[in-house]
Amino acid sequence: MKLFLKVWKQDGPQTEGRFESHVLDGVSEDSSFLEMLDQLNEQLLEEGKEPVAFDHDCREGICGTCSLNINGFAHGPENSTTTCQLHMRKFEDGDTITIEPFRAKAFPVIRDLVVDRSAFDKIIQAGGYITVRTGSAPDGNALPVPKEDADLAMDAAQCIGCGACVASCKNASAMLFTSAKAGHLNMLPQGQAEKDSRVLNMVAAMDEAGFGNCRNYGECSAACPKDISLDYIAKLNRDYAKAKIKKVFS
Amino acid sequence: MNLDSKIPEGPLSDKWENHRFSSKLVNPANKRKFKIIVVGSGLAGGSAAATLGELGYNVDCFCYQDTPRRAHSIAAQGGINGAKNYQNDGDSVHRLFYDTIKGGDFRSREANVHRLAQNSVNIIDQCVAQGVPFAREYGGLLANRSFGGAQVSRTFYARGQTGQQLLLGAYSSLSRQIASGQVKMHVRQEMLDLIVVDGHAKGIITRNLSTGELKVWTADAVLLCTGGYGNVYYKSTNAIGCNVTANFRAYRRGAGFANPCFTQIHPTCIPVSGDHQSKLTLMSESLRNDGRVWVPKNVEDCGKAPSEIPEDARDYYLERKYPSFGNLAPRDISSRSAKEACDEGRGVGPGGRGVYLDFEDSINRLGENVIRERYGNLFEMYERITGENAYQRPMRIYPAIHYTMGGLWVDYNLMSTIPGCFVLGEANFSDHGANRLGASALMQGLSDGYFVIPYTIGNYLTTISPGGIDPDGEAARQTMESVKERVSQLVSAKGKRSSRSYHKELGQIMWDYAGMARNEPGLKKAIGQIQDLRDDFNKNLLVTGTGEEYNMELERSGRVRDFIDFGELLCRDALDRNESCGGHFREEFQTEDGEATRNDEDFAHAAVWEYKGEGEIPARHEEDLKFEEVKLAVRSYK
Repeated sequence: MKLFLKVWKQDGPQTEGRFESHVLDGVSEDSSFLEMLDQLNEQLLEEGKEPVAFDHDCREGICGTCSLNINGFAHGPENSTTTCQLHMRKFEDGDTITIEPFRAKAFPVIRDLVVDRSAFDKIIQAGGYITVRTGSAPDGNALPVPKEDADLAMDAAQCIGCGACVASCKNASAMLFTSAKAGHLNMLPQGQAEKDSRVLNMVAAMDEAGFGNCRNYGECSAACPKDISLDYIAKLNRDYAKAKIKKVFS
Repeated sequence: MNLDSKIPEGPLSDKWENHRFSSKLVNPANKRKFKIIVVGSGLAGGSAAATLGELGYNVDCFCYQDTPRRAHSIAAQGGINGAKNYQNDGDSVHRLFYDTIKGGDFRSREANVHRLAQNSVNIIDQCVAQGVPFAREYGGLLANRSFGGAQVSRTFYARGQTGQQLLLGAYSSLSRQIASGQVKMHVRQEMLDLIVVDGHAKGIITRNLSTGELKVWTADAVLLCTGGYGNVYYKSTNAIGCNVTANFRAYRRGAGFANPCFTQIHPTCIPVSGDHQSKLTLMSESLRNDGRVWVPKNVEDCGKAPSEIPEDARDYYLERKYPSFGNLAPRDISSRSAKEACDEGRGVGPGGRGVYLDFEDSINRLGENVIRERYGNLFEMYERITGENAYQRPMRIYPAIHYTMGGLWVDYNLMSTIPGCFVLGEANFSDHGANRLGASALMQGLSDGYFVIPYTIGNYLTTISPGGIDPDGEAARQTMESVKERVSQLVSAKGKRSSRSYHKELGQIMWDYAGMARNEPGLKKAIGQIQDLRDDFNKNLLVTGTGEEYNMELERSGRVRDFIDFGELLCRDALDRNESCGGHFREEFQTEDGEATRNDEDFAHAAVWEYKGEGEIPARHEEDLKFEEVKLAVRSYK
């Protein structure tokens, strides 16, 4: 395949970015999108140019490191897929492909296509855990969890923290990410003790990090490589309202 | 080199209990005076950092990823073993111990493995309490499945994403400690050297991958939880960033490296499709519970569509050769059998390097829905990568490098031959011998981090006074100088070849001569080729950009340079181990029907390599393995 690439280049967080155009020939349909970028970088090296910086690691769709806005879509046009699992057979020979970093105020660019998503860690640190000291756990089967609840918790827990939800939302809201973790833990009996403080603190951390508000557009869920459902946002809103009311009356 | 394993006295099942009692405790008020560096944030590093933080130590945790939640433990699919015997099918701590020792082809330490089996039950409890959403039965209790190489159902799992869920559990505990200030997390930082003062580990030097800043970090102990070295083969199931640099730098500073030739080839990966490929993707071994492995009996049938090959023209070779374990035969055996079939010309798919994993019988017996429920995400992943629908035609699979059993040598306290430098998880060598059983890596990482190091680190800390060293002192300065020199050497390389091209070439040498089957002439040839490759690297490498910025080429060059030296060490180890055991198959040592022949008389030991200087041949030492509980037996799965 022969491709025409428009790639975002930006030297650092404080410098202005720009698009650079490249022609890349001889791309295999079986290669992944990131392997195509590897090929581009090898070509740039041969030409004595700086390669394009991008984030990637496991390349099997689970670590959540890869990102990229491809032709305007977070992780590209294919549903339920991370960029590393997107294969070039989904494109046509001769296509022009525009590649940009995830764009959000809370995700500043580090270089080229690499962004800083540490704001997500801050949200988890605010309450995305169950407080249990190592060694203090009861027997695993001491507390039965209805299979339906465990399955719903697992659906939410699949979030890979990639940030596609934020990058797709025009408000750059992190509600889907936050609600997935809160939903996972709040659905389980183990998570009940800290349920209220969890949602209040996580939402506060989310606001503080500079993410926008949720307007229920639903772009986040459509872009999510793990198909996290909007239901979790509804659940977070419900849990938040309950916690807030309890706090007011307590 | 002092290789005192410090195995406690007493009967096997009491050793850990005895050791915990005799281990020195650090007074709670003193814990906060000690500073501990944890390198790596995967299952071993994340769980260790979180637990040591809970105990009151001051922890600095480092990872090269942009957040601790992305460590490569996340990619483990199948599950985690726990000797709970919830299924009442005859499991016990002793059986898990025995299976692991036997699975490792009698090349691991009894005492360590028994401790691992004991801790396995606590790990499950701990993870459940953290909210890890393990699979459940309708009654709400935990579900289990059987997993490669085991005849009992002791594997706990969270769909096909067990590693992810366990890592997120450890990450959540770690996050709690980060929020409390007890653990300081340093992301996008790569460890480039270990600071050793008077023989003791006292700190590390890191490079900030975003800014290029080099920095000294001092501490009273350093924990390396830095994973395996599978990427020495270039293409493996490891993440692209996985590397041997931290471990290799510690080796160069005096830590013994044990059994580097013990590498595991995983039988169920998606076959290579072409030269563009940067990594290989694992399909969970759990697929072998319901899939049947076969190749055509006749070479002429290989080009045909699988549906056109009648039942009696198919060779279900694992069922034929290993009737009692069948498709669940351990990883090394399954991998080698696949290679044999392909070497005979009976492989399928592009390049003839593939075998079928067929679900037709299971779909007929259980229905497509059941198969979809069990493995839906894996079938989707397969289709995304290959463009083929595995409900309609058999998957094609082929072995790939997956895990490395070798690693830095540690004693029973998980301390390396450098006092104060501890090694946890895949990075150490101790628990899996020459072959790791499925669902045991997650178990070991968490056992080391949650339940071993918090007790054993006290035995070291009580022998030193807290406070570490002066970060501006002589030792730190010298180490920093050598790191600076190395970085500037790399960054000034303005030759013609990219680091990736060297990595690819190294990987090909390793795969060809130190892969699934090895022999003396091949290994000698590989050592020569690697030395030539190193010379070429030193002359012709090209690195763009500078050291003071985000520079992917510089990062990779440093890692590849260490892989080149390490690859040579691996080949030397493979060459000197004149036997076949587990993942190490030497063609000279096999039975008439192609089974591995162990040599217990001469090789029932761990080979530990000591660095002797640049360009020097390292020294080989031995730690004899004593088997008091189990009898050494031929490992048969027939």
